[in-house]
Amino acid sequence: MNLTLRVWRQAGPDAPGRFETYEAKGISEDSSFLEMLDTVNEELVAEGEEPIEFMHDCREGICGTCGLMINGRAHGPELGTATCQLHMRTYSDGDELVIEPFRAAGFPIIKDLVVGRSAFDRIIEAGGYVTVDTGSAPDANLTPVPKETADLAMDAAACIGCGACVAACPNGAAQLFTSAKISQLNVLPQGQPERYQRTLGMVEVMEEHFGSCTNMGECEAACPKGISIDFIAMMNKDYRKATFAGRKAG
Amino acid sequence: MTTMQTTAPARSSRTPFLVELYRSALGKKYVMAITGLIFMGYVLAHMLGNLKLYQGAEEFNTYADFLRRLLYPIMPESATLNLMRVVLVIALVLHVVAAAQLTAMNRKARPERYRSKRDFVAADFAARTMRWTGVIVLLFVIYHLADFTWGWVNPAPEGASIYERVVASFQVPAISAFYLVANLALGVHLYHGVWSLFQSMGWVSRRFNHWRRMLAVGFTVVVIGGNLSFPIAVLTGIID
Ligand code: SF4
Ligand code: FES
Repeated sequence: MNLTLRVWRQAGPDAPGRFETYEAKGISEDSSFLEMLDTVNEELVAEGEEPIEFMHDCREGICGTCGLMINGRAHGPELGTATCQLHMRTYSDGDELVIEPFRAAGFPIIKDLVVGRSAFDRIIEAGGYVTVDTGSAPDANLTPVPKETADLAMDAAACIGCGACVAACPNGAAQLFTSAKISQLNVLPQGQPERYQRTLGMVEVMEEHFGSCTNMGECEAACPKGISIDFIAMMNKDYRKATFAGRKAG
Repeated sequence: MTTMQTTAPARSSRTPFLVELYRSALGKKYVMAITGLIFMGYVLAHMLGNLKLYQGAEEFNTYADFLRRLLYPIMPESATLNLMRVVLVIALVLHVVAAAQLTAMNRKARPERYRSKRDFVAADFAARTMRWTGVIVLLFVIYHLADFTWGWVNPAPEGASIYERVVASFQVPAISAFYLVANLALGVHLYHGVWSLFQSMGWVSRRFNHWRRMLAVGFTVVVIGGNLSFPIAVLTGIID
């Protein structure tokens, strides 16, 4: 099939950007979205032009590196699908696709469609871990975890840190990512000792980089892993408790 | 499943809990939610009380008088009413100031807008227009007070009873129209706000989550339905 692409090109972080139009010709509907971009890039290179820079790594929906704004939707139109898992059969011959980078103050554009997501690392550094003794491996069933709790933690842990939640949020808020990363530990026994410290620390850093949640739910709809906004409410609750406890402790 | 929740960082022990909470955006959302709850109680009571319009002038004016003498003689006349007014004004200021601060934060969080048209999936009309419906309601509240409470812009002659003021106002189609539009805006605001406050307050439970939207719809329909009926009843002569 043949498609018309309008792609955001930007030479560097501070360079002005603009849309360029490209024709993607003879694209197989079995190819993935990123393979389609590869094809376009090969032609650009053959013509001696700069290829379109975009983010990718595993190309199997598990690493969270890819991410594009396609026709106004983060990761494109398929629910629960990362850009790399989006296939061209979703589109029809002659479609026009507008491709933009994820936009947020916390995700500065590096080049073309590539953005920096180090702000997510800053959030994780502020408490997205458990402090454990790194001696020999502990006995597997030393700490019993109820099935429902383990399932809930796994639901949160499914977050691959792609940033589509921020990209899709009309407020540029990172609540879904942060709440998933807080909850995956806060619901488990192993996460309890640092529960409140973690919540306060991660929320504080989140608010330095991103916007504030207005409960629109756009993040949940864009999330390739179907992370639920229930985790946002759980984070809010833990934040309230942590603030109260922090005051008492002092 | 809570074992040993210990070590919260010891910080600013002298700052009151609510002030500490307000510092963060998450805390401001709590303020939005709590003040929102106060307004929910208020708009519901306001609508229910005003149903007395249907029982005629005497009942309605007696009700207005009752409000003025709430808890009298334990409290001086009008004291309880004024106290409630003070609470409402403080809640209003907090609600508006927090909203303005959060809006400014959100503008900063996306300095470069998307160039292509957004295709929203979950963010509905109500959620995306909270700022505008909020502003409409705020302007309306000011007008509403000037009309009925202070009587500055009320068309009824000096010394008219509250019932006469209501009827005189709603007989002017333009005033009724403004009232209807403002209440529809309030309805849209409530539809998102009532649901949203559960999230902000951290009130989440997989068993009850689906009730949150139903409550928002039910509450909005009851309050706005009642409110819309008043000017319509006056215009159609059911109340005169
Ligand atoms: S919550 Fe979903 S959308 Fe956000 S970073 Fe994690 S996987 Fe991506
Ligand atoms: S490239 Fe790894 S998730 Fe898409």
